[in-house]
Amino acid sequence: MAEPAGTAGPAGAGASPAVELRGITKRFPGVVANSDIHLKVDRGTVHAIVGENGAGKSTLMKILYGMYRPDEGEILIDGRVAHLTTPQHAIAAGIGMVHQHFMLADNLTVLENVTLGAEKVAGIGSRAAAKIRDISRQYGLGVDPDALVEELGVGDRQRVEIIKVLYRGARILILDEPTAVLVPQEVDELFGNLRQLTREGLTIIFISHKLHEVLSVADAITVIRRGTTVASVLPGEVTARQLATLMVGSELPSPETRESTVTDDVVLRVRDLSVHTATGRTLIDDVSLDIRRGEVLGIAGVEGNGQAELVEAIMGMRESTGSVVLAGTDIDSWATRQRREAGIGYIPEDRQRHGLLLDATLWENRMLGHQTEKPNSTGFLLNRAGARRDTTRIVAAYDVRTPGIEVSAGALSGGNQQKLIVGREMSHHPKVLIAAHPTRGVDVGAQAAIWDHIRQARRDGMGVLLISADLDELIGLSDTLRVIYRGRFVAAADPATVTPEQLGLAMTGAAEPQSGSVAEPRAGSVAEPQSGPAESPGGPHRGEDPSKGVAE
Amino acid sequence: MKGRFDPVRILPPIVAPIGALLIAVLVSALVLSLGGNEVFSTFQSMYEYGTRPDTINSILNKAVYYYFAAIAAAIGFRMGLFNIGVDGQYRLAVLFAGALGGASFMGSVPGVIKIVLMIVVAMLVGAAWASIAGFLKVTRGVSEVISTIMLNFIAGGLFAWLLTTENLGVRAPGSNSVTTRILEKDTWIPGLLLIPGTNARVYGFGIIAILVGAGYWFMVERTRFGFDLRATGLSPSAAVASGVDAKRMVVVTMMLSGAVAGLVGLPELFGQTHAVAENVGGYGFTGIAIALLGRNHPIGMLLGAVLWGALESSAQILDLNDIPKETVTIMQGTTVLAVVIAYELTTRLTRRVQQRRVGETTGAITVPASAGVGTGRTEA
Amino acid sequence: MTADTLLTPSPGGATGSDTPIRKRGIGLPTMLLLVAGGLVALAAARVITGADDLTSSGATRAALQAAVPIGLAGLGGLWSERAGVVNIGLEGMMIFGTWFGAFGAYNWGAWAGLLAALIGGALGGLLHALATVTFGVDHIVSGVAITILASGVARYLSSLTFANEEGGGLNQSPSVPQPPRVSVPGVDSLGGLERKQWFLVSDLAGIVRGTLTNVSVLTIIAILLVPLTWWVLWRTSFGLRLRSVGEAPHASESLGVNVYLYKYYGVVISGAIAGLGGAFLSMVASSIYREGQTGGRGYIGLAAMIFGNWRPGGLAAGSMLFGYTDALQLRRGAESIHALLLLIGALLLVVGGWQLYRRKFVVGGVAVVIAVLSVVAYFATDRVPVPFVQFAPHLTTLVVLALAAQRLRPPAADGIPYRRGS
Repeated sequence: MAEPAGTAGPAGAGASPAVELRGITKRFPGVVANSDIHLKVDRGTVHAIVGENGAGKSTLMKILYGMYRPDEGEILIDGRVAHLTTPQHAIAAGIGMVHQHFMLADNLTVLENVTLGAEKVAGIGSRAAAKIRDISRQYGLGVDPDALVEELGVGDRQRVEIIKVLYRGARILILDEPTAVLVPQEVDELFGNLRQLTREGLTIIFISHKLHEVLSVADAITVIRRGTTVASVLPGEVTARQLATLMVGSELPSPETRESTVTDDVVLRVRDLSVHTATGRTLIDDVSLDIRRGEVLGIAGVEGNGQAELVEAIMGMRESTGSVVLAGTDIDSWATRQRREAGIGYIPEDRQRHGLLLDATLWENRMLGHQTEKPNSTGFLLNRAGARRDTTRIVAAYDVRTPGIEVSAGALSGGNQQKLIVGREMSHHPKVLIAAHPTRGVDVGAQAAIWDHIRQARRDGMGVLLISADLDELIGLSDTLRVIYRGRFVAAADPATVTPEQLGLAMTGAAEPQSGSVAEPRAGSVAEPQSGPAESPGGPHRGEDPSKGVAE
Repeated sequence: MKGRFDPVRILPPIVAPIGALLIAVLVSALVLSLGGNEVFSTFQSMYEYGTRPDTINSILNKAVYYYFAAIAAAIGFRMGLFNIGVDGQYRLAVLFAGALGGASFMGSVPGVIKIVLMIVVAMLVGAAWASIAGFLKVTRGVSEVISTIMLNFIAGGLFAWLLTTENLGVRAPGSNSVTTRILEKDTWIPGLLLIPGTNARVYGFGIIAILVGAGYWFMVERTRFGFDLRATGLSPSAAVASGVDAKRMVVVTMMLSGAVAGLVGLPELFGQTHAVAENVGGYGFTGIAIALLGRNHPIGMLLGAVLWGALESSAQILDLNDIPKETVTIMQGTTVLAVVIAYELTTRLTRRVQQRRVGETTGAITVPASAGVGTGRTEA
Repeated sequence: MTADTLLTPSPGGATGSDTPIRKRGIGLPTMLLLVAGGLVALAAARVITGADDLTSSGATRAALQAAVPIGLAGLGGLWSERAGVVNIGLEGMMIFGTWFGAFGAYNWGAWAGLLAALIGGALGGLLHALATVTFGVDHIVSGVAITILASGVARYLSSLTFANEEGGGLNQSPSVPQPPRVSVPGVDSLGGLERKQWFLVSDLAGIVRGTLTNVSVLTIIAILLVPLTWWVLWRTSFGLRLRSVGEAPHASESLGVNVYLYKYYGVVISGAIAGLGGAFLSMVASSIYREGQTGGRGYIGLAAMIFGNWRPGGLAAGSMLFGYTDALQLRRGAESIHALLLLIGALLLVVGGWQLYRRKFVVGGVAVVIAVLSVVAYFATDRVPVPFVQFAPHLTTLVVLALAAQRLRPPAADGIPYRRGS
C-alpha cells in the first residue's frame, strides 16, 4: 500500500501519548453509543479512526472535545487526566475540532468567526486579523480575514475551520470526516496540509469511513464497530479489505450491478433546463438529459455545483426554463404535486427537511408527498385506515425497524427513516425515481438494502436519477454517468471503466476529452461510453475484489 | 406494537393543562395574599358565584363567542401562521352584517334569508380583511404578526368612521349612542333554555359554534387540505417538497381563519344586542389564549373557552367584595404562559420516551437521528 | 419570522446562496441626498397645500417625541433579535415600563421612575427569556402571552396603588414628575425665521428649532443609545458573542460561548430598553400613566427594526418616519395628513412609473393606482376623518413594510428555538 504518511514529529520512545482514552462509555436514551473505548494517539502523528456510519466515532470525538461528558472512563492528555466538561476546557487542553458540518456563521466575517470565543487571544480587531494572516501564511491556507463566510466555497470554509482551531493554539486536531465534501484532488491538498502540520509537531486525529484515504495518510488506525474498539493497526499491516472486514464484521456489500436493463423507452427527457437566481446568477446552465426505462443515470459532482437545484427544478420546487417531458407528457408548467402524481418519486437529499415530518407518526409520513393518491386518500378525504394498513406493509417489506407505526418519525434512526422513505416512494410505482444521496448517513445494513431496492427498481423498468457524493455508489449503480460542474454537464463517463480519480478530476472541471472512460458529451445527445483499455485496478474503489470483472 | 391509544401520546395533552391550571391557581393565590386578601374565601365565593344558574348561563354565552375566536386563531396556528388580527376582522365583519341586516332595502326579505345573508357577509368581510395580511405575506414577505396587528388598528379606525350617522350608523331617538339600525324581530335568533333554575337563555347561535367546531376538526384531521395544512405547520420545507403550494396555502388559510373570525360578533348580535354598537371588540387576544390553552384541539378549545368564561364571570363577585378583579386577568395570563411551557416540556418527554422505546425494540446500537445530533445526517 | 422557510426556496449549495447580494448599508452620500430630498419635498408640500404645520417646530418636536418610544421599542427588539429571540412581548414590556416609570416617579422622583421602568421592563424580558430560552416555547406565543399578562398586571398593581391616591384610578395614575428638559442656547431665536414662512428656509428653521430646544433628557439618552448599541454590538467581544448566538448558535456553542446566557442578556436588555420607552410615554410625552398608553407602539417599533434591516442606524430612520406620522394626530392632524396625500400620491406616481419602466407591471400598477386614488382623495375632500388620522402610523407601517420587506437580512437563527447539543 501507500507509504506511511510524512515524517512523524519528535516522539521519543517513552513519551506519553498525546491523547489516551481509557474505557470510555456513553449512553443516550435507549442506546449505547460508546462502550469501553480504548485509544492511544502518539504526538506528531496522523491517527485515523474508522468505522461505519453509526458506529460511534462522532460521539467519541465530541466527548474528546468536551461537547459530551462520558458516563464512564477517563481521558488523558499528554499523560495527565483531563476533565473536559465543556469545549472551552478542551480548547484549553490544546484540542481543536474541525467539524464535518462546518460551524460557521454565514453573515459574519472570517475574522469574526475565528475570534468568536477567543477574543482574549488577540482582541477582535486588526491585531487578530494580523495573527490570522500569519497562521494562514505559515501553513499555506490562504484565507482573507475580512471575507464574509457566506461568499466562501467549501474548500475555503474548511480552511477557515482549521484556522479557527490553530488560532486557539491547538496542538491536537480532530477532523471529523473532512473529505466528505472534497474531490480527490482537494483531498490530496488537504492531506498535504496535514502532513505540514504534523511536521510542526501537531497531532491529528482523523475520522473517516473512506478506507483508501485512511490507508494513504494515516500513521496508525483504530477501528470502531458498534460503539467499541475492535482493533488498532498500522497501515502497512492491513489491506483495505481487511479493514473493511474489521469495520463491519463481514464483507462490505458492493453497489455493483451486473446485467444491463436499459431499454430504449425514454421516460424522462430534459432539454435546455436553466435555473437563475433572483439576482441573475446562473445555477443551472442549459442542461439536457435523457433517462430511459430501466436506466440509472448517475450525476457526479462536488456539492454546490447545481445538483440540488437540478433536482428541485425537475421536481417543480424551483423556477426554471426549458422543457421537461415525462413519458411523453410536457410537465414543465406543472406544479410539484402534479409532477409527483404523474409518477416522479423523490428521495430527498435532506430527509429531515424535505422528506419527513419528524413529529408526525410513521403512517402520517407515509402519506407525505402522496396525500392525494391511493391508498392515502379518496377524493378530498383522507383514508387513514388505508394509510395505516399500507404503512404496516411497507414497514415489513422494507425492514423498517420500529416498535410500531404510531411512533414519531423523528425517533427512528437515519437508516430506518430512509428505508421508510424508499418504501413510500417505491409503493407508488413511479416512472422516474429521483434519488439524491440515498445512503447518506445510513448504516451499512440499510445501505445494502437501499441499493437492492434501487437495483430492483431498475429491473422493474423504473428510470432512476441518482445523485451521490459516494463515488463507489455512483460508479457501481449507474448505467450512465454524467459530471456536473458549475451547473453544466461537463463530461460523460462509462461506469464500467472509469475510476474515481478520473471522475474526481472531471468533477473539478478539469475534464478533457481522453481516449478512455471520460468524454465530453456531444451536444444534445447522450455520449457513447467509450470502451477503452480498462484502467489499472490499482485504485481500491472497484469493489474489494479486483478479480470481479469490469462490466462491458 | 403499541396501538393507537398510546398513553404516551394521549396523556400529555390532558395532564399539561391541568398542571398549568394548578400553577396558575398557585400564582393567583400568591397575588391575592400579597394584596392582603383572604385566599380561600375568595376562591370559595368565586366558586359559589360561578356555579349559580344564571352565571353558568352567562359563562356558556361567553364560551360561544370565545370558541369562534379560538377556532379562528387555531386554523392559523396549525399552519404556523399567527392571525393576531381576529379582533379587527370580526369588528368589521359584524358591522357590515349588522348594517346589512338592518338596512331598509332588506325589509321585505324573509328573516331566515336575512340571517343567512348576514352570516355570509360576516364571513366574507372577515376573510377579505384577513386576506390582506395573507397577500402581503406571500407577495412582499411581510410578517403576518405585524401586519395583522396593524390591520387591527386600521380596522378600528374604519369601524369608528363607518359607525357614524353619515355612514352606516343611526342614532336612536333619545339615545346618545350610535349603532347600526336595530334588527327586526325576524332576524333575532331565540336563545336556548339549557340551564335549570334560571330563565336566562344561551345564545341560539351556539349551535353554529358546535357545528363550526366539528367542521374544523373534520377539515383539519380528515381532509387532504387539512393534511397539507398540518404538514405545513410541522415542517414547511417538507410540505413544499410534498407538493403543497406554499403561497396558495398561506392565503387560503388566512381567509379561512378570517371567515371564522367574522362569526365572533354574531352570537351577541343575533341573540342579545340586535344592533352593532361602539363597544364591540376585545376578544381577539382571548381567542389566541384559548387556542393555546386548548392546544388547537376542538374539544380542548371548547373546555378552554368555558374555563375562560368561568374565570371572567366569577370575577364579577370579586368586585362586590372589594377585591381587584384583575386578579383574574393575572390568573388567565399566567395560565396561558404555564400551559404553553407545560406543553413544551411534555412534548420533549414524549420524544425521549419514544426514542427509548425505539432503541429498546430495535436493539440497534445506532444513535437515533434526532437525539442531540443536529441534522442526523451522520450518526455517532 | 415565522413560516419564512415556506416562501423562500432553499438556498443554493455551499458555494453560494441566492439571497440578494447584501448591500452593506446605504452609503453616507446617498443617505444625505435622501434626507435633503425629503426636506425639499416636505417644504414644497407645505407651500402648495398651505398646511403650515407640516414642518413647524411644534410638529418637529412632536415628531421627535413620538419617535422616541417607537425607536426605543425598536432598539429593544434589535437587542433581542440579534440574540436570536423574537420579542413580540415588547408591547407588554413597554406597558410595564409605563406603569413602573409612573410608580417610581410618583413616589421617588423622575430619576427613580426611569430606573424603575428599566427594571420593570427587564423583568418582563426575564420572563420571556425564561419561557423561550430555558423552556423552548415558541417565541411568538410567549410574546403574546406576556402582552396579555402585562395589561392585567398593570391594572392589578394600579388597583393596589394608584386607585387609592388622589387623581388616580384603576387605569391611570396621578400626575407624576417629569425628567428635566434642556435646550441649545440661541436656537430659540430661529422662531422669527420660522414664522416668515419662506420656502425651505423657514422649514429648516422650524425643524432645527424643534429638535434642539426643549428636549427631554430621556430623549437625549434615547438618541445616545443608538450609537452605543452599534458600538457594543459591533465593536466589543460581548457584542460579537451576542450576535453570533443569533446567527449560528451551534457554531457559538462549539466555540465555548454560553448560548443560553447570551440569549438571556439580549432579551433582558431588550425588555429594559422597551421599559425605558414606556417610561417616556408616561413621564415625558404625558405626565401620567394611562391604560392603553402604548397604543401598539411596541409593534411599530418592531416594524422600524425590520425597516432598518436590524441595524441601529436604519432603525432610527424608521422610527423618525413612523414617529412623524404618529405625531400628526396630535396637531391639526387632519389637515396635515390631507396635505400628505398629495405628497404620497406624487411619490407613489414616481415609484410606480419607475417599476413600470423596469417591467414590474404588478407592483408598478398597484403603486400607480394607489397614487391616483391618493391624489383624487386629496382633491375630493377637505380633510381626513379623525379616525383615519389615528391609524395613520399603523397604515404607514404597513405600507413601508410592504415596500421594504424584500431586501432584508434578519439574523440567521432568529426565531428558532435553541437547545444545547441539538
